[in-house]
Amino acid sequence: MSGTIIKISGPTVVARGMEQTRMFNRVAVGKTGLLGEVIRLRGGEATIQVYEDTTGLTLGEEVADAGEPLQAELGPGLLGSIFDGVQRPLNVMAAQQGDWIARGLTLPALSRERRWTFTPTIRPGTAVVGGMSVGITQETVKVEHRILVPPGLSGTVREILEGTFTINEPIAWLDGDRSLTMLQRWPVRSPRPVAERLPPVVPIITGQRVLDMLFPIASGGTVIVPGGFGTGKTVVEQALAKYAQTDIIIYIGCGERGNEMTEVLTEFPHLKDPTTGLPLMARTVLVINTSNMPVAARETSIYTGITMAEYYRDMGYAVALMADSTSRWAEATREISARLEEMPGEEGYPTYLATKLAGFYERGGRVRCLGQTDRQGSVTIVSAISPPGGDFSEPVTQSSMQVAGGLWALDSDLAHRRHYPAINWKRSFSLYTTLLDSWFQTQVAPDWPQLRSELAALLQKEEELQEIVQLVGVDALQDQERIVLEVSRLIREEYLRQSAFSEIDAACPLAKQYWMLKAQLEFLRYCQGLIKMGRPIEQLIASPFKTELERMKETLPDTCVQQAQTMVEKMEQELGGVKRET
Amino acid sequence: MKDLITREYQTVTGIAGPLLFVEKLKKASLGEMVEILLATGESRRGQVIELSEQHTVIQVLEETTGLGVTGTRVRLTESAAMMDLSPDLLGRRFNGAAVPIDGLPPIIPDTRMDIIGQPMNPVARDKPSYFIQTGISTIDGLNTLVRGQKLPIFSGAGLPAKELAAQILRQAMVREEHGTGQQAFAIVFAAMGITFREASFFLGEFERGGVMEHAVVFLNLADDPTIERLLTPRYALTAAEYLAFTLGRHVLVILTDMAAYCEALRQIATAREEIPGRRGYPGYMYSDLASIYERAGRIKGRAGSITQLPIVTMPDDDITHPIPDLTGYITEGQIVLSRELHRKGIFPPIDVLPCLSRLMNLGIGPGKTRDDHRAVADQLYAFYAHGRDIRRLAAIVGEDGLNDSDKRFLKLAQDFEQEFVNQGAHNREIEETLNLGWQFLRYLPKEQLTRVKPELIERYYGA
Repeated sequence: MSGTIIKISGPTVVARGMEQTRMFNRVAVGKTGLLGEVIRLRGGEATIQVYEDTTGLTLGEEVADAGEPLQAELGPGLLGSIFDGVQRPLNVMAAQQGDWIARGLTLPALSRERRWTFTPTIRPGTAVVGGMSVGITQETVKVEHRILVPPGLSGTVREILEGTFTINEPIAWLDGDRSLTMLQRWPVRSPRPVAERLPPVVPIITGQRVLDMLFPIASGGTVIVPGGFGTGKTVVEQALAKYAQTDIIIYIGCGERGNEMTEVLTEFPHLKDPTTGLPLMARTVLVINTSNMPVAARETSIYTGITMAEYYRDMGYAVALMADSTSRWAEATREISARLEEMPGEEGYPTYLATKLAGFYERGGRVRCLGQTDRQGSVTIVSAISPPGGDFSEPVTQSSMQVAGGLWALDSDLAHRRHYPAINWKRSFSLYTTLLDSWFQTQVAPDWPQLRSELAALLQKEEELQEIVQLVGVDALQDQERIVLEVSRLIREEYLRQSAFSEIDAACPLAKQYWMLKAQLEFLRYCQGLIKMGRPIEQLIASPFKTELERMKETLPDTCVQQAQTMVEKMEQELGGVKRET
Repeated sequence: MKDLITREYQTVTGIAGPLLFVEKLKKASLGEMVEILLATGESRRGQVIELSEQHTVIQVLEETTGLGVTGTRVRLTESAAMMDLSPDLLGRRFNGAAVPIDGLPPIIPDTRMDIIGQPMNPVARDKPSYFIQTGISTIDGLNTLVRGQKLPIFSGAGLPAKELAAQILRQAMVREEHGTGQQAFAIVFAAMGITFREASFFLGEFERGGVMEHAVVFLNLADDPTIERLLTPRYALTAAEYLAFTLGRHVLVILTDMAAYCEALRQIATAREEIPGRRGYPGYMYSDLASIYERAGRIKGRAGSITQLPIVTMPDDDITHPIPDLTGYITEGQIVLSRELHRKGIFPPIDVLPCLSRLMNLGIGPGKTRDDHRAVADQLYAFYAHGRDIRRLAAIVGEDGLNDSDKRFLKLAQDFEQEFVNQGAHNREIEETLNLGWQFLRYLPKEQLTRVKPELIERYYGA
């Protein structure tokens, strides 16, 4: 079925004769067959958002309705791939069209030629329902891809094969001659169903001290990372994509810089997963729609990404989705809304922005998977936000904050000092801390939550003291207060600050995180004790312990833990000794 | 099949600001260039920006004075905005719509390209990694520029952005030439809405530096048509892409002033009665600016590169204004000029704290600059930032209220500005910059250099 174009305005096209189409159906626009999606219907007139540049279109050209919504292809071969916002494989496009992205190319997301070794895990005669796994194929060295019965389908397996197949070839038949392949499709704007949603109880270890210690993220949680330009959103997102201990990473570069994406593209294939030592790309899917690629495809990229994330979640994996940045996605919706001449809400954003954002964030979560009672998976969302002028009162940050379970607020003042990650410990929060406490207590140390409270209290105390110093100078403080300033500065510099470019310190294991902080806080107690007994503060500031603490983060984890343990013991002994003397 | 009859339409129904509304112009295509013929026989250029059955909207690239609903004819050219390209571009001077204004004949094209261009496939991009020595310490040492980067200069009215840009050009180009042993570089200069005086300053610099024969100049001055300004950077970047990716040159593009470009964008958006975003600028300004800035970079397997140095005048020195704000979100860092430093007589008056080069790490280190580069930059930043805090404190409690350590920081901040930042017209080699950096790190005892590895302190700090 097809209609004809009667209006063209930027990426929005109106076509007549579209009575039979449905909302969000996929269409091919014009002679070049530009990819588009129906976003409004009025009588037989359909408004279409086009995912490609519309320059050169004329009135009267044809619009062909595909009769189905935009769908993502799901199957083996996703990992290690690089897609654009509408899931076209960018390297295949480069091979076919050259260095620039030409228009009107439709390409399948997954290779139709590649063969996968399929091993069944059920026998003929088994009754299956949607979500159940019927077999596996080794997708990458790291990931075993479970072939799932598509949601909504059920029956008895009549026959199941073993061997190598392309994703289009049947691997099993259900009763009624229905075949199963390794490929399935899912409309990107609809969440994939789950059996049950579960509360988050397990953290995702990020390897970043300020995050794991102060503002941990739960597997299945949602965290937003707002920050003005240059505060290091992308560095945080990339550090997480590299070092977060999770099964699958979906990285969405949504409306961001081309050169930055090139860094990801050239770096990731050579990087090793810190836990398994396997190449990072073996667990990663990249969705890249740079800022100069069409706006409408940018709007879709978020949905394409989360649909793939849900698919791996359904296999029982812990998936982390990095969206850099959600603001660019929100701006794309604003741009499209403006073209539809909708009444604008705050700052020109459509009034349904909060609903749309919540809808996206709520697709994250820890779940019991469909079809298999014992299988659990999760989608964790880390969403970067680029507030105009770095002002968090804007609609995207505010709407996101309402639904997110954590806020990692980036701060330009810290960034200007080259204190990275520039996470402002005063503004940030995590609602997951109490939920995760018991995990940290059993897995790392029983006093983990206590260390966190001590650290938070110390930073708060420092701020109060700084206010006094700003008014009357540091000399007005007692030694007991000055030592608090000294040690909290040490902790800021040596604990909270962490270089993403350091070989040793880029990712910090939990044991090291724990012992570093333990030693630093112990050092404060040690100094305070000695000052009480009349030791001059200058002597303590020059203490060899302090120098050792300052070099600690660049020491290898095992050495560091040992060193810290010894130091804590020594300090306790020395302090005890002095106490006995007096 | 192309019609042999020229299509002319006399169905203009309205004119509003820079927009022309024409009925029954159904054969036009989006982005098509049109000729607008006046009753006087004069002709002006326009571009189709919206099509519907009721009317077609044309943005007039020149003045609308003298246009009327009667007596005005519109002629379709059946072509989007294209640009003629050949190696003869070099040394030429054009207006904002790529028409020669140097008295020489038009370019005989080797090839023609659509000025909108297509987005570069991210997979085809090559990682920028070649250090460009600008000879300016605050840039080379602390915010290194690399080939293929886009690094804007955020300036304020009356601050010497153009002098800085000219100095970068002069010093970087000299080095490029020596480095490669051949003249594989080129300059593309696009002036948008700047004054004749400013433009002639740049042209004078090119002449003096003897680089005019490697430059392509596009001039849309303050008194030239505003709407034409929307095309100027696109012509310039099309030329740059041709020079870089077809001819294999390393192209440095100067776009000045992006604020004037954004004004033009706002003007056309208002005329179209679009829903305004922040401060009246259109909601799509981010995407529009991205379509300019993202045309920097390198491509795998091709020799050349495009490096952009846009100049952005921040209205009222406000870095959170939408123009610098959106620019900063797209570009790979920024160089920020400070009125305070300028008043102190420091040149270049670069306030290093808000400056950033995102690609710095790709261009520095052993083999490129020196092994201590990253550490020196980080430590200087930390010390200088602390020194500035102390300066604020000293303003309240007085210098006498400071302890010895604070006084050192105060002096460091002072001297850093006067010597490291304030280099004048002097061209500093990177080694000189880094050694100078160490001079300031020595203001404090070794133990305080917590951002430098012990072995580097050993090597460079001295006794």
